Amino acid sequence: MYKAAVIGDSASVSGFAALGLSVFRETEPDKITKLISRLAANDFAVIYITEPAAALVSDTIAKYRSSKLPSIVLIPAIEGNTGDGMRALHEAVEKAVGSDILN
Amino acid sequence: MARLNVNPTRMELSKLKKKLVSARRGHKLLKDKRDELMRQFMILIKENRQLRTEVEQAINEANRYMAVAGSVMQKEVLETALMLPKQEVELEVSEKNVMSVYIPEFKTKFRTDDTNDIFSYGMAFTSIDLDGAVSALSAVFPKMIRLAEIEKACQLMADEIEKTRRRVNALEHIMIPDYEETIKFITMKLSENERSTTTSLMKVKDMVLKQSHNYH
Repeated sequence: MYKAAVIGDSASVSGFAALGLSVFRETEPDKITKLISRLAANDFAVIYITEPAAALVSDTIAKYRSSKLPSIVLIPAIEGNTGDGMRALHEAVEKAVGSDILN
Repeated sequence: MARLNVNPTRMELSKLKKKLVSARRGHKLLKDKRDELMRQFMILIKENRQLRTEVEQAINEANRYMAVAGSVMQKEVLETALMLPKQEVELEVSEKNVMSVYIPEFKTKFRTDDTNDIFSYGMAFTSIDLDGAVSALSAVFPKMIRLAEIEKACQLMADEIEKTRRRVNALEHIMIPDYEETIKFITMKLSENERSTTTSLMKVKDMVLKQSHNYH
């Protein structure tokens, strides 16, 4: 059975604990990188990560982009939306189509 | 285009012709695959964008509640309230095959069926804004799972489309023209040989006739 995790700063991710997701309060790049590879190896199918936290470990996230699991999803942090999640979507379109046709 | 480095023999010619036929068939199939992948991708990406906008809005909403809760409650109290969740989410993962791209599908399973189990704390010492934050997150959670599914699908399909497009281009612009050119080269070479044999035979015949009958 697979699980779902949330990574980010304490204020942004605490609420998810109530829903029953595994919450990891990490804000340091090294620790997040290690955490993600540990989670990926341990049956976590979905990892939600706040945009500021994801910006610190963009290489690691790019690494998991082409593997089937886990699915790493960017969510806005408590400070608001940086637009990184939407940007990733535009990148996917550009990769597939050759130019960004979403706008 | 570069001609392939092969001997101009009939054997090579028939081999190349066979290769050309299968390259053309492969090209057609891959092109169809690319078009269909692209069609599915466009449908998915539109849903993805819509879903992401909705999820981001809902999480921002929840975060606003959370920020208020954080300001009216002590940090420790807030942490303690959310420390021991009653609810637990598990995911069932299956996979779906879309044009030979295996995309995951998630099904959520909650430990308890009671929807109020998301509130893992007593109501007396916590702010109402915390309840707001938690229920807002709970409401958007099914969409978040769908987002995880669809976002992964889009990434995998974008990869596959890129790969397929490269294959189509390689076949269309390199392999097929190369084969065609080599086939043409071998055909020319063979007919040239044939002509040269004919002329030398004619020459020999002339010489023989001249010798035996003194023809001019």
